[in-house]
Amino acid sequence: MINAVGRDIPDEILEITGKEPFQGNFYLDDKPMTKVGPTIRPIMNNKKSKLVASIREALIKCEAHDGMTVSFHHHFRDGDLIVNMVMKEIHDMGFKDITICATSLGKAHDPLVPMIEDGTITRIESSGVRGRIGEAISQGKLQGLAIMRSHGGRVRALTTGEAHVDIAFIGAPTSDDYGNLRGIGGKADCGVLSYAIVDGNHADHCVAITDCLVPYPNFPAHISQTKVDYVCVVDEIGVPSKIASGAAKPTTDQRKLLMAQYCTDVVVNTPWFKDGFSYQTGVGGASIASTQYLAEIMRDRNIHMGFGVGGLTKAMCQLLDDGMARVMLDVQDFDLDAVHNLKNVNHHRIPAGVYANPLNKGAVVNKLDYVVLASLEVDVHFNCNVVVGSDGMITGAQGGHPDTAQGAKCAIVICPLLQGRIPAICTDVTTVTTPGESIDVVVTDYGVAVNPARQDILQALREADCVPLRTIEELRDTAYSIVGEPDKVEFEDRIVGIIEARDGTIIDVVRQIKEIKQPAVYKKKGRRRANG
Amino acid sequence: MTNPNKYRLRRTMMFLNCQKPGLIKDPYIYKPDSIMLDLEDAVAEREKDAARYSLYHALQEIDYRGVERVVRINGLDTDLWREDVRCAVAGGCDSIRIPKTETADDVRTVEYAIAEAEREFRRPEGSVLLMAALESARGVINAMSICDSSERLFGIALSGGDYSKDLQISISGTGVEFMGARQHMIIAARAAKVQCFDTVWTNLNDMAGFRKEVEIIHSMGFDGKSIVNPRQIPVVHEIYTPKEKDIIFAEKVIKEIDQKKAMGIGVFTVDGKMIDIAFYDGAKRTIALAKASGVYKGDL
Amino acid sequence: MEILKTAVAGTLESSDCLVTIEPARSGLQLDLESAVMQQYGRRIAEVAMETLDRLNVQNARVSIVDKGALDCTIKARVECAAMRAADHEGRVNWGGVIR
Repeated sequence: MINAVGRDIPDEILEITGKEPFQGNFYLDDKPMTKVGPTIRPIMNNKKSKLVASIREALIKCEAHDGMTVSFHHHFRDGDLIVNMVMKEIHDMGFKDITICATSLGKAHDPLVPMIEDGTITRIESSGVRGRIGEAISQGKLQGLAIMRSHGGRVRALTTGEAHVDIAFIGAPTSDDYGNLRGIGGKADCGVLSYAIVDGNHADHCVAITDCLVPYPNFPAHISQTKVDYVCVVDEIGVPSKIASGAAKPTTDQRKLLMAQYCTDVVVNTPWFKDGFSYQTGVGGASIASTQYLAEIMRDRNIHMGFGVGGLTKAMCQLLDDGMARVMLDVQDFDLDAVHNLKNVNHHRIPAGVYANPLNKGAVVNKLDYVVLASLEVDVHFNCNVVVGSDGMITGAQGGHPDTAQGAKCAIVICPLLQGRIPAICTDVTTVTTPGESIDVVVTDYGVAVNPARQDILQALREADCVPLRTIEELRDTAYSIVGEPDKVEFEDRIVGIIEARDGTIIDVVRQIKEIKQPAVYKKKGRRRANG
Repeated sequence: MTNPNKYRLRRTMMFLNCQKPGLIKDPYIYKPDSIMLDLEDAVAEREKDAARYSLYHALQEIDYRGVERVVRINGLDTDLWREDVRCAVAGGCDSIRIPKTETADDVRTVEYAIAEAEREFRRPEGSVLLMAALESARGVINAMSICDSSERLFGIALSGGDYSKDLQISISGTGVEFMGARQHMIIAARAAKVQCFDTVWTNLNDMAGFRKEVEIIHSMGFDGKSIVNPRQIPVVHEIYTPKEKDIIFAEKVIKEIDQKKAMGIGVFTVDGKMIDIAFYDGAKRTIALAKASGVYKGDL
Repeated sequence: MEILKTAVAGTLESSDCLVTIEPARSGLQLDLESAVMQQYGRRIAEVAMETLDRLNVQNARVSIVDKGALDCTIKARVECAAMRAADHEGRVNWGGVIR
């Protein structure tokens, strides 16, 4: 069936998953829904200790079994040691047919590939997958379907019961012996535990893993003792240098600075840029530079940010410290500056559900004026692809992209026109991960395109005459005139994954890549021989 | 007839190594006035041939969107420069930069080769312009005759690196060692009615020093500066953007002189003060700069 | 054009390609590896073969390792490698075989 972004979602997939094709951003607005809760084992016996000696003991006590679903958060980013540690134990105990329900998976988890190959792991649900797991899924090695859902979408899936976690493993920088967990302190300081809070609420069993046991009570707890069954102390839960690694140095790349300048010009010349405006941005060089340009203009015009939200960086926290922003709402910390900034009383932790769940009574993203995002590809319908590379290989994550893009009044995507020879502005994205109706402005090094659905923005930018305005088709044509129109990437028929829209409908599917032989060999007979 | 491009705006001329495809594929997004595709110092000795093939196809196939394409050929003391000229002219370059120019004869030697190449590759005679880089004490001393050497020559440029070696000094960053050369060259260029360009600033970590130097050469009268990194372009363009009061004044000067001349009146006043006809060309330049900088939306 | 010896042109930097040409007894063989094989492999091979054709290279083994080079770079590298392999010196026929 063709969905609202023109993608064909095969009936068999709709049947297997019991899902509907994507119907547009507001399909489920105001529709009644029921929340489900976990089945838990109350702890009334005050003599019972929650401490377990090993992950194996925790697995046994939580009744680990074939076919179960285990969950993880990604606050330790590339420094995460929890996923591999737990999965090794599960693998060694011989369990099969496991579903991993993670908030994200990355290069740190390359060691899971053999477990995918031997059938230990048969399904993966994540906001995306980087590194070798992505390749393995694209190559068809995962027996079941991979489900890619946004940060908000994951909370929604767990809340509705569409996804169900048997055992959640929550890496906690600090914990006491009764499972009060905090994201701050310890050796693997990551600041917040925002993505894992929903696991505490909805998993049947919840195991805290820490390398820093502190005296009871570890308060104020980010995840409460009332959610945690067991506490396991291990030597190391993360590699600190890789946890807060996102602190991009200020870029000196003029191409990025150019796009940052265009982006800032778009922000300051649209109607929402006034005292009290709200803003979210990313960790890329252009995003950070753009935040710095923005800060200068805010100072000049005495305009203060009402709130900033998201994965936070030094550049955003600086605004708070300088009194240029009133509040920061934090779901993730990309650098140590952001972690340390949590000391500021106006820097608040929020759970992923509060941040982005589409099916609660209104998430923070709904109050966003601006979000600045990146994208691997944007097509002439403004659809974005942040998960599948132009070569067809799974290589990225939705993260909060679809959530914030839908929520913000002005969603800006920064994207260089060309990535090497690959045109990032194209006729059709490889895979739709954020629908074009959510995207308002595309900023490239060759000019800025506004979604024609947003005549208000177009008019504001025309009047300001601040950036080179192009249509999205013009940008695409420019790209193709430089690099040539790309051939379509060929896929196998088999579907290896689905991309969920925020609301759980299917916005696109991911197919197995066709293995291509490298080098390809071309031959031509010599004329002498042909004549002879 | 003078080539209409001879006096085009050249605030920034960005150096690019012809041998680096990643650099030459789209430098126009940074909006330099000119790019200088280098076959000389940036290209290793054993890649001189490779650089020419890259240059030829870049000139032929990449749409540089109106940015002037200057090619720096190898020095006249090499056996490379003649083929460099053929390649550049055949490819369709706008201008050729002669390195290490010492005398007017150097310019005329290259001019002859260009004319020959124009005939060989059926380009209109005079379509390829010339500029001369002065990189030695002798070259700087001969600035006047070099400026006067050819109708094709649109300007001269100081090349600070080699010049400082010839002077037996090192570059201080204060500009004191270039004071004489700069002053001498700008006077010669103005006398010959050609343009004058300043040397590169290579320390990318010292953007404040760069800015200061651009302010100095701007106030000395230089038409522009050689650029080694796109980051330097916005700084130069900003400094070369006329101030609002200068634009308003220039506009008044042009309108007053045009009007009075049409009426046959030879006395001009702006804001109640008498002005000289000599203000006219300067005012025209101010408006042209203001247009290029995107700050002039008037009707002149 | 006779390929007399093995020659190389280009680099493995982004937006460039590395072209190697070796003598072969009969016919042309092109081995192509590319970071953008799916989208541009066909086009790169086409450009390389056309270029070799213009240079009248009939017998050679050519290998290209491409890092996202534009057509103009593919041409330039193939030409340079071929000219080197043929020991070509002196004036180049710009706008003739090179175009």
